[in-house]
Parts: sequence; structure tokens; C-alpha cells
Amino acid sequence: MAEEAQGAPAGGRPVRVPVMQRLLDNPFLLLFLGVVVPTVFYLIWGIVEVANIPIAQ
Amino acid sequence: MAVQSPENKLWWNEPIGRAEMAWITIAFLWGLIMFGAMIYWHIEGEQNLSNEAYRIKPEVFAAKAEDMVAKYTVRDEGDTGIPVVHPPPGSDVYLISRLWEWWPILELEKDQSYRLHLSSMDWQHGFSLQPTNINIQVHPNYDLVLTMTPNETGEFGIVCNEFCGVGHHTMLGKIYVVDK
Amino acid sequence: MAVETAEGVGALVEEKYRTCPETGLRVYAQAETLIKANAVVAIVFLAVGGFFGLLVALTRWPAVHILPAEWFYLVLTAHGAAVLLFWIIFFEIAILYFASAVLLNCRLATPRFAWLAFALMVLGALVATVAVLQGESSVMFTSYVPMKAAPHFYLGLILFAVGALIGCFVFFGTLVIAKEEATYEGSIPLVTFGALTAAIIAIFTIASGAIILIPTFLWSIGYISEIDSLTYKLVWWGMGHSSQQINVSAHVAVWYLIAALVLGAKPLSEKVSRTAFLLYILFLQLACAHHMLAEPGISAEWKVFNTSYAMYLAVLGSMIHGMSIPGAIESAQRRHGFNRGMFEWLRKAPWGNPAFAGMFLSLIMFGFLGGISGVVLGTEQINLLMHNTLYVPGHFHATVVAGTTLAFMAVTYLVVPLIFRKEIIWKGLAKWQPYLFGIGVAGTSLFMMGAGTLGVSRRHWDMGFTDAPVSFDYPGTAYLMMGLNGVFAVLATIGGLLYVLIVVGSVFFGKPRTAEAIAASPTIPAGAAKVAASYGSEEHPKLPGTLVLVTIFFVSFVLYYFINWKFLSEVWPLS
Repeated sequence: MAEEAQGAPAGGRPVRVPVMQRLLDNPFLLLFLGVVVPTVFYLIWGIVEVANIPIAQ
Repeated sequence: MAVQSPENKLWWNEPIGRAEMAWITIAFLWGLIMFGAMIYWHIEGEQNLSNEAYRIKPEVFAAKAEDMVAKYTVRDEGDTGIPVVHPPPGSDVYLISRLWEWWPILELEKDQSYRLHLSSMDWQHGFSLQPTNINIQVHPNYDLVLTMTPNETGEFGIVCNEFCGVGHHTMLGKIYVVDK
Repeated sequence: MAVETAEGVGALVEEKYRTCPETGLRVYAQAETLIKANAVVAIVFLAVGGFFGLLVALTRWPAVHILPAEWFYLVLTAHGAAVLLFWIIFFEIAILYFASAVLLNCRLATPRFAWLAFALMVLGALVATVAVLQGESSVMFTSYVPMKAAPHFYLGLILFAVGALIGCFVFFGTLVIAKEEATYEGSIPLVTFGALTAAIIAIFTIASGAIILIPTFLWSIGYISEIDSLTYKLVWWGMGHSSQQINVSAHVAVWYLIAALVLGAKPLSEKVSRTAFLLYILFLQLACAHHMLAEPGISAEWKVFNTSYAMYLAVLGSMIHGMSIPGAIESAQRRHGFNRGMFEWLRKAPWGNPAFAGMFLSLIMFGFLGGISGVVLGTEQINLLMHNTLYVPGHFHATVVAGTTLAFMAVTYLVVPLIFRKEIIWKGLAKWQPYLFGIGVAGTSLFMMGAGTLGVSRRHWDMGFTDAPVSFDYPGTAYLMMGLNGVFAVLATIGGLLYVLIVVGSVFFGKPRTAEAIAASPTIPAGAAKVAASYGSEEHPKLPGTLVLVTIFFVSFVLYYFINWKFLSEVWPLS
């Protein structure tokens, strides 16, 4: 899961950065998630809902 | 300080305090309860907004309303010229919203259910039934159908609570609820 | 608009900077000037929009009823645009530049683009404001179709949004530069992370705005024949509500910032606070659905999932911040020796420092008034009781004004000495300013919510319906509440005016912060600075006071929530 950290501590000993910390340290991955989640659940699902309203008899 | 980078480079591995963990757990469970409450109300509650709706042209909706008014008008409201309609319980009732009126005035029977249709002829309007306080958005080109069961007699105002131009504050309708 | 030095993107270029004598942070000239410019324009719009707000409240005060109907709707539209959009977003752009360039010790990415962003935002805001004042665009902030505004109203908003979007990209660019040039070690500071949350939400917000406003503009000039009103509303709220979520993220970041600078407060846990922001990033924006609960034809599944931020996970985020910030303050205060009893830490907090007082009032009022009412209002079925009533503006004045605006006011008392490097003038009055404004806004929020609970419509010129063909009377209590709303709006206006005068006065006429002045009245108290020397999560201190506060909060929340279900169970059955 966790891989070698980019930034090793002063001693030069490599440390494993937990996956969640790596996610939280990656602004562009967060940006991706923060745009995709509301786009899928709110916008796209919502537009599908509106588009599916039937025409009156 | 929160204005500097954390000194511990592996802050994710720090343990969480007991008090904090307890609060997080309580807050999470409370969220589940509130989420469950909405679902529960769909099953057991009596006040749920129907999602039955259709696309409809304003003139088609108006024709249906006029048809209902022609059949079931019982009187006019004072000298306003607005018809008061007493449709049979269980029937389809059409309420037109347009600049700046709710048309016609309805007379319903207590504890009877009606299929109320709401649609606008022009801009968006807000169906705000007072003082019982039921508030529903009304769109042009959409017919929202809900089953409504008045549970008290009296005179009720229908305020328009979506801004619809300069005459917005004069847009007031009425529903009478009478005993059978 | 002076762009002093030419510079290439990505290249290492020497730029002018100074080292802040109070924080030791490196402050680049370009970033500093941009922060100042955005903050100044923000405050101008706050002054203008606040004045419009006073007129709105005075018109809705039945005994005063100051404006005629046409003017009321015009002013209400202008009020919404000026404060809800322009004041807040200009200030947020200043915060983004501060949280990236200043806190990361880094130069700002592409200052030219930052100036372009600024110019577009100013132009857009002016065009939209002029459109409203010309009288052909009294369509409310929401501009629901098929009601049509003048084309340049939409165009102004689009220009403003494009500018703000460029500002967000400058923020992201600065994060990249700071990482490449290694101006910080490890992870970005928590405040910057909060600003990042705001920037991410801003990008979704602006994208939604573009998706809907561009076709609406084309419709207003006749290129498109029809815009579907339901789709418009759905996408518009992707912008309209999310823009308020930018505020939440930004003002939470500001709370952490002020607690850190004034008290040396450390977050209880980096992990917990950042996870709470992550919950915002993922789920906060789903709550745009709060505005779609009373709409036709949308399934209950969509409504329940979205309105609850996916099972209230974003509320969980807010409740976490709601504990970790007072907890951090309690812990810092106890370290400073205020250890007696449950609440000495709170009693002896620096209540005379407007930065702290504003921040703490903002925290309390956002949580108790704005947070609880927001969850109740956003409950799918309970929304039927409140949709489009004054409860809605009551709620969002608690979040956006008592929460965001007050937090931004509070941080200004740090920005003026640290960034503008001027002494605050009228220090005695400045002490009272957050209380005046805070109590005023809390009053308007509460009384609007009260009137809304009694069914009074929002955006309505005459609650007496004097010109209507039939009659209906709201209860007398509702009139009383609207009168009190007016009184408290006057109080808030005095507080707001005081803020504008103090800030403008300090910036233009304040004494410069010389070394002696800094030594005499440090912006960051010595105690705080000492604590800040080593930084990391607090090590699980005992926080009895905070536990009492969150318990009171939780009990109020639960009671008020169930009371509203009780109200709902009494209205006419609907299905």
C-alpha cells in the first residue's frame, strides 16, 4: 500500500507515508475528487432525474 | 501553529485523543440517525412531497383548469370575479399560478384527499399555504401532482413566495376547507 | 496595476520580498500588493452591499417600509450580488494568496495572471452592479429563468467568475512552485489546507456557474430560445450553494489561523482536522440539493442522498471543527496557565482583542444558529415548512454573515498590522465592533427564522398584501419579529460601518508599524509566539470546558431537530 516517501527524514532513512496522508498531501488528486463527486452525484444524477420527467397525457 | 507545516512529518500516524474520538463517533451516529429519519418518514410519515410530475405546455394545463372550473364552480369570491370551485373529493384539482394570481379559489372538504396539480403559466412561483405552512416551488412547463388531505376547516391563504416581478406581493390566493 | 518585474513561469526568478518582523515569514511584494488590492475592493463592496442590506431590512420593517416595491426588488438584487458574491469572493481571493504565498514563504505564481484575475473580477462586478442599478435586472441574486435580466447582468457575472477562476489557478500554481522550490517541509500548513479546500470547492462552483450562465447569457441576447427552468435551478445552485461552501471552508481556515496567531493554539490533531476538511472536499457541495427539495419531479433517492451530504458526512466535518477549534483554544489557554475550573480559559480569553472576539463569536453563531438551522432546513421533508420563507435568509445570514463575514472582519484586525503594516486606529471602538456586528446579525438571523417559522415569505415587499384581491393576515408576532429584525439590522449596520471606517482609516491614515510599535503592541502575543516555536498536534490534553460546550451544542441540535419533525407532523398530510 504505502510506498517510499519522497521526503526522507534528516537521517536519510526512508519512511513509509500512509496512503491517506499521501492523498491529503496531493492537491490535484483532491481537486479531482472534489470536482468529480458533486458532478456525478449532484449534477449528472440530477440532470438525469429532470430529463426523465415524462410528458403529460 | 496551524500556520506552519506539521513538525511530525508522519502526522497521519499520530493517535487520536479519547475525547475527540468519542465526539467523532457521536457525530457520525447522529448523522446516521438524521439520514434514517428521512427514510423513516417516507415509510411512516404523512407529509412527503410527491415526485409525480409531468412536462406540460401552459395552454394544456390552463385548458384542464378551465374545464374543472366550468364543471364545479359554486360561486364567485365577493366582487373579485374569481370563481370558487368545489371539486369532488378524490378528483384532479388544477391550480394555475400566473402574474399575479392563483386561479381559481378552491373549496375542499375536510379529511378528503385531492390530487392537486400545480403549474405556472409564466415565471416561477411559490405555493405557500398559510397558516398551515406548506411551501412548494411551482415551475412553468411542469405539472407537479400531489395528494393533499386538508385536516382542518377554515380559510387558508396561498402566498406567492417566489419573487415574480413587481406585482409579486399582490399574488394571493385562497383555499376554503369545509365540513362535508 | 503595476507589474514590477518581468518573470518567467517556472523559472527561478529573484523577486522582491521582506521578512515579516512579527512572524518571520517571507512576504513577497507582488503577493502583498495583490492581497491588499483584493481586500480593499472586497471592503468597498461590503460597504455598498451592507447599505443595500439596511434598506432591505428597513423596507421589511412594516412600520418603516421605506422603499417602493420596484426599488425594494432592485436593492435586494444588488444586496445579494454585492455581499454574497463580490465582498466574499474578493476577500477569499486575498485569503488564497495569503495562505499560499505568505504561509508557504513562496512567491506568488504568475502575478500577471493574478492581476488579470483582479481586473476581470472588478470589471465583472462593476458591470453586473451597473446592470442591476439600471433597473432592468431586478431578478434577484438567483435570476431564475424564465425571468430575464439585461444581457450585461449575466455577462458581468461571467467575467467575475472567470476572474475568480484564474485566481484559484494562481493559488494552485503557487502550491506547485512552493513544492518545487521547497519553501516548506513536509505537508502544507493546516490553514493552507483549509484554503485549498475552499479553492477546490470554488472551482466546482465556478464551473457550474459557467455551465449555466453562459447559455443564459446567450438566451438573453436571443441566440437560444429557451432555458429549462428546472435544469437552470439545478445547475445554478451548483454555483449558488457551493459558493457558500467556499465561505465555510475559508472561514474555518480563518478560525484556525486566528486561534494560532492570537493564542498559539495548535490543532488537537492534524489528522482529524485535515480529515474534516477532506469530508468538505468530498461531500459539502452535494448540499446544493437543499434548494431542490421543493421542486417537481426529482426522486426522493436523489434528494435524500444529496441533501444529507451523503449521510451527513460534511456535517460530521463541521462538528469535528466545532470541537477541535475550541479544544485547541482551551488547550492553549491551559498551557498559558488558565487552569482553574471548567471555564477560566474561556473567561480569561482575550475578549478585548477584536480578532479573537470576532473569531469566537463567529464560531459560536455559525454553529448554533447557522449550522443547526441549516441541517433542519435541509432535511428533505422539513423543508416543506420553510422553503422560500424568511427562515432561509435567517439561516444564511447566520452562516454567511455571522459566520463568514464576522470571521473575515476578525482576521482583518491581523491583516492590517501584518500586511498593510499600519496601526489600527480607534482601538477602543475596534474592541466593540465584533460585538455590535455579531449581536446585530444574530438578532436579524433569529428574527428572520422566527418570522419564517410563522410562514412569512422571503423576497416580498408587503407582508400585509394590501393590494391583493383577497386578504390574508400573518399573525401579529410575525410583524413584531420583522420590526425586531429591522432594529437588529440597524445595530449590525452600525457595527459594519464601524468596521469599514476603522479599516479604511487604518489603511490610509494609520501610523506605520515601526519596530517600537511592534514591540509595544505585538500582533502576535509573546506567549503565542513561544508556543508556536515547536509545532504539531496537541498531545491529548484534558478539555473539560470544550466537552461541556459541545454537549450543550449537541443537546440543542437534537431537541431543535425533533421539534421540527413535530411541527411537520401537524400539517396537512401530503403524498
